[in-house]
Amino acid sequence: MNPAIETHELSFAYKDRAVLRGVLLSVERGEMVGILGPNGSGKTTLIRILSAVLDGQGKVKLNGRRIETYGRRELSRLFAVVPQESRVSFPYTVAEIVMMGRASYHSPFALEGKKDLEVARASMELTDSLSLSHRYLHELSGGEKQRVMIARALAQEPEILLLDEPSAFLDLKHQVQVFELLRRLNRERGLTIVAALHDVNLAALFFPRLAMLRDGKIYRDGSPREVLTEKTIEEVYDIRVRVELDPSGEKPQVFICPSW
Amino acid sequence: MKVLDRRKMLWVNGALLALLVISIIGCALLGPVRLDFSQALQNIFAANPDAEILYRARLPRVLLGVAIGGGMAACGVVLQALLGNPLACPQMLGVSGGASLGGVLGLVFLPHWLLPIGGGLLGEISWVPLAAFLGALLSMMLVYRFSLFHGRLHPYHLLLSGVIFNSFIAAVIMFLNSIVDFYQAQGLLFWLMGSLSTRAYLTVAFIWAYIIFGFLWLWTKGLSLNLITLGEEAAMQLGVETGALQRQIFVASSLMIGAMVSVSGMIGFVGLMVPHVMRLFVGSDHRLLLPASFLAGGIFLAWADTIARILLAPAELPVGIITAFFGGPFFLFLLYREGTRRLAV
Repeated sequence: MNPAIETHELSFAYKDRAVLRGVLLSVERGEMVGILGPNGSGKTTLIRILSAVLDGQGKVKLNGRRIETYGRRELSRLFAVVPQESRVSFPYTVAEIVMMGRASYHSPFALEGKKDLEVARASMELTDSLSLSHRYLHELSGGEKQRVMIARALAQEPEILLLDEPSAFLDLKHQVQVFELLRRLNRERGLTIVAALHDVNLAALFFPRLAMLRDGKIYRDGSPREVLTEKTIEEVYDIRVRVELDPSGEKPQVFICPSW
Repeated sequence: MKVLDRRKMLWVNGALLALLVISIIGCALLGPVRLDFSQALQNIFAANPDAEILYRARLPRVLLGVAIGGGMAACGVVLQALLGNPLACPQMLGVSGGASLGGVLGLVFLPHWLLPIGGGLLGEISWVPLAAFLGALLSMMLVYRFSLFHGRLHPYHLLLSGVIFNSFIAAVIMFLNSIVDFYQAQGLLFWLMGSLSTRAYLTVAFIWAYIIFGFLWLWTKGLSLNLITLGEEAAMQLGVETGALQRQIFVASSLMIGAMVSVSGMIGFVGLMVPHVMRLFVGSDHRLLLPASFLAGGIFLAWADTIARILLAPAELPVGIITAFFGGPFFLFLLYREGTRRLAV
């Protein structure tokens, strides 16, 4: 069976600044992969190329097929993207926003049907956002917004979920909520998840596989214990750290050693 | 869970359509000269002053006003959505300037023997809107191109370059006006000021054709317009071919703006205000917002023009004065009452 996502020698440059220099990544169906790396290492660019809003150099295959051969409607049924931050220019209710996830399932001339309503409702229940359905998106808190965005992504009934630092603007409680939800979706529904992440410790707790980007290449790729070593982190982030196992004795956690 | 359903679609559009029909009849009956309605209806074909005024003077004017009000409002809706900016309207993007320049160039430089075909009437309606359309389309593409960096649209650049482009165009038009001969200059000024003053049915029909065609084209994009308000990238990820959408919207709205500018000049305020007011009443779903704004824009301009005809009768006010005088305070009131809740987010 073909992997869900496969990139080969993937490169990308904004004008003359190279961001990705030959990324080799393969994600099997049902995997949950966290992409780590410092600012500017190419995490967001990678997510944007995988979601087909940027064209990279090299090959990207989804389910064994070149990404360029997909139409946008088809792509949006295959994967969904949860952005770092969502902004609306006009007042939409949460129900309307989630319903937009169904756009590629019904005719552009028609209104949503019964099936669309059912799927939207189910994804809102799953993300605990049904009670928000009548509220306006721009009036929600960061945590509520992110739940709505995940609900919309789920309403797309995707095989693959791409997330770009989904917890960047959230407090600790909401960060944990989002990651627990992702873990549950991955386990219970077999959803393939690829997320660009900031927080190495949360990544280690919730993601079974991590890929560390450095200078536009995958520098390490494997389980948290394989990737999050003192040596790797010192090399990639250029800070001094200690890595210990968490109380359960399974997951590595990174402790920062300040230089004073 | 409440989203747009068929009942709301039918109910809102039906009510507005009924109101529009009532407005057309009402506005045609109102005017400085009192009409005997039964007289006007009885003898359509006999020489009959009541019927003459109703059918030759007022009705075509009201119908033209409806088309232009509706067209302006519809263009306002789609430009605001496409640019994700509540300030967007034809005037602010340089489009109207471009359309005016196109029309002026058409009037000045198109071979004169082309213009008088059909006693001036057919010439006027077939060439000037086309030239205005090309002017609108070119300026829209130009202003858009100037605001595109790394494949992303920058809304502030867009507004700035649109405003600057409009003043540049105004200078070019004034320059042209100074170099043509006196009679042409008179004609140009008259055309530029624009008004809804009475036109032949053939002109009105041509304008309606442009506007209905453009409107229906835009309406088929209702769902994509919802998605594009989330930003270009989000819209792509939800399945919209954004490049094709932008191109189609540019062409369709330029067609409408070109047609409108070619008869009436730019009538301010309708394109900016009506979309916001309607969003307040019917929500932001463009599958409903677009037709509702079209109908409401038609109603609004029909009444504004009627007031412009009556207020200082027998003199006539430019309709733009009425739209801004009544529309402005009403809009400010709404803006203040709603705060940041449902108008500008």
